[in-house]
Amino acid sequence: MAELWTGYMLPTVIIVAQIIAIVVPLLFSVAYLTYAERKVLAGMQLRKGPNVVGPFGLLQPMADGIKLLFKETVIPSGANKVVFIAAPVVTFLLGLIGWAVIPFDDGMVLADINVGILYLFAVSSLGVYGVIMAGWASNSKYAFLGALRSAAQMVSYEISIGFVIVTVLLCVGSLNLTEIVRAQKDLWFAVPLLPMFVVFFVSGLAETNRTPFDLPEAEAELVAGFNVEYSSMPFALFYLGEYANMILMSAMTTILFLGGWLPPIDVAPFNWIPGPIWFAAKIAMVLFVFLWVRATFPRYRYDQLMRLGWKVFLPLSLFWVFLTAGVLVATGWVPK
Amino acid sequence: MAFLNHGVRTVFLVELLKGMALTFSYMFRRKVTLNYPHEKGPLSPRFRGEHVLRRYPNGEERCIACKLCEAICPAQAITIEAEPRADGSRRTTRFDIDMTKCIYCGLCEESCPVDAIVEGPNYEFATETREELLYNKEKLLANGDRWESAIAADLAADAPYR
Amino acid sequence: MIVQALAFYMFATVAIAAGVMVISARNPVHSVFFLIAAFFNAAGLFVLLGAEFLAMILVIVYVGAVAVLFLFVVMMLDINFVELRQGFLQYLPIGGLIGVILLVELLFIFASWTVAPDAGAVAAAPMSALGEISNTRMFGRLLYTKYIYYFQAAGLVLLVAMIGAIVLTLRTRKGVRRQKVPDQLRRTRAESVEIKKVETGKGI
Repeated sequence: MAELWTGYMLPTVIIVAQIIAIVVPLLFSVAYLTYAERKVLAGMQLRKGPNVVGPFGLLQPMADGIKLLFKETVIPSGANKVVFIAAPVVTFLLGLIGWAVIPFDDGMVLADINVGILYLFAVSSLGVYGVIMAGWASNSKYAFLGALRSAAQMVSYEISIGFVIVTVLLCVGSLNLTEIVRAQKDLWFAVPLLPMFVVFFVSGLAETNRTPFDLPEAEAELVAGFNVEYSSMPFALFYLGEYANMILMSAMTTILFLGGWLPPIDVAPFNWIPGPIWFAAKIAMVLFVFLWVRATFPRYRYDQLMRLGWKVFLPLSLFWVFLTAGVLVATGWVPK
Repeated sequence: MAFLNHGVRTVFLVELLKGMALTFSYMFRRKVTLNYPHEKGPLSPRFRGEHVLRRYPNGEERCIACKLCEAICPAQAITIEAEPRADGSRRTTRFDIDMTKCIYCGLCEESCPVDAIVEGPNYEFATETREELLYNKEKLLANGDRWESAIAADLAADAPYR
Repeated sequence: MIVQALAFYMFATVAIAAGVMVISARNPVHSVFFLIAAFFNAAGLFVLLGAEFLAMILVIVYVGAVAVLFLFVVMMLDINFVELRQGFLQYLPIGGLIGVILLVELLFIFASWTVAPDAGAVAAAPMSALGEISNTRMFGRLLYTKYIYYFQAAGLVLLVAMIGAIVLTLRTRKGVRRQKVPDQLRRTRAESVEIKKVETGKGI
């Protein structure tokens, strides 16, 4: 019995506790990301944003959540019920499971697997399923069009993301996220690989369906795209999933290019601050740029979106993979 | 040179960064938000809001049941029935406005020969049920009593331009 | 150890069940979803074998890209299921025949399958380096040294297939005005806008 406890039960309890310790702050930050988005957009459009519910409107996300919770769940009669319900669950789940491999500090990670970056890439490439399933199961033309756009868009931009990841991996020599951050001890990859950093960020916008690449839900043309038939809790799950994916993408950007938990300069006042705080601060900064971009740029036209992905980013990232590999081999900096 | 200049601008995304700098600078400008229920925007004396039926200062209702407003109403929102009163004057027995039909064009108040029906400055008359928006004579007269001072001031302010 | 065994049987059972559902589901879109479930469980089996790189690549390539394209095509099919079932009996003999032939062929293969004499020794002592260097590194070493020609040949085949698909679908139409982004970007205000002072009532 004691063996059962120490061998199986205790590890399970510890893992569940760790999962809760990650997921609860994550959901909290998702809620406040929606608040931050509304505040930042308002600020850039000379408005004030939510300021009524609670001090500075800080309770607005809670109010929104409760409102959605008490709404009626409508399932269209022509919908495929199982898939219709599964789609938002898939989106939400994929926004959460990526965090299993994210290192918050040196050694502070739920699952320190060898192929962490591939796992993240796989999770982000699965995000398209939530959208496609929603679009197909809704049995609605707008939703279906949104799903088709999203499928083509996400598959296209995944390719350039893949090449950017390869570029970083060439400089690190490991697929482990902790190793990737450690390799940036002296110089963040954002500096030597600046063009790839930009490509990755823009592809990340496309991958998370953010403006200016929010064609799957383009309000003006598709009235809301793939989630047009959703209401109440399923819609809330889509919403949460989208923002959780945004945070995950920012965490990926931070780990790959901005040195994860490392302070900008390893000197006295900076390295007193613990790693997780640096990590969170960098994620928040990247998220701010996400919102900033949304406030600035208009939506791409669909053919221009495809042109950007296939004719600009793909050749550019491919070229940079060759260049990086060439420079590494020529200078003998290839990591062991 | 122009080609080089253009190339540099494209590669370094100068136009995009300029746009982003502009939106960022807007974050620190003065906000134009009006905290609506607490602050309200200024209204023109000609503002066309909720309808009222006015009375003369002695308490007699102005409307003489000429039905010009009913005739001109493009949305056919007004219904009037009239009978001679005991003292022989012609007055309405029924004066209904369907506020859900009304398009707030102001033709009723333009057509009224005695300034009886006026669209007042009130725009906060949302209701919880549809039925409450079907106004009858009592409601319109009560509105008139409530908004008389504001309406009289507005009419006086606008009078020189008519 | 018991957890691994349980996980193995779970992945294996679900993979086989999903595989059966792929061919028995009535709705082709459901079939693709079951196919995805099968891929996931196969990836789980790879993880149990310690081949996490393969597992992730399976998910990225097959689930993340190939199955998406499957789904893309299957979703747009407009199939009348009643019509589809009408010819079932008509095609049963020939379908059955093909099935039997395949089964017999498989049986022949398995009947003549001999285990190499030194295979037992290899299985008993797996590659000693496995514990020391990572799965991914091992993969790379093997793929880029011993199998480099096969690897490059496979890449070439895919490249030719891709070029072929592009050539087959590419058509250049005459007289179509297309957007030329560089031309648009190169326009300047000076050469495209002219401000004229127009007097009232005169026109230009």
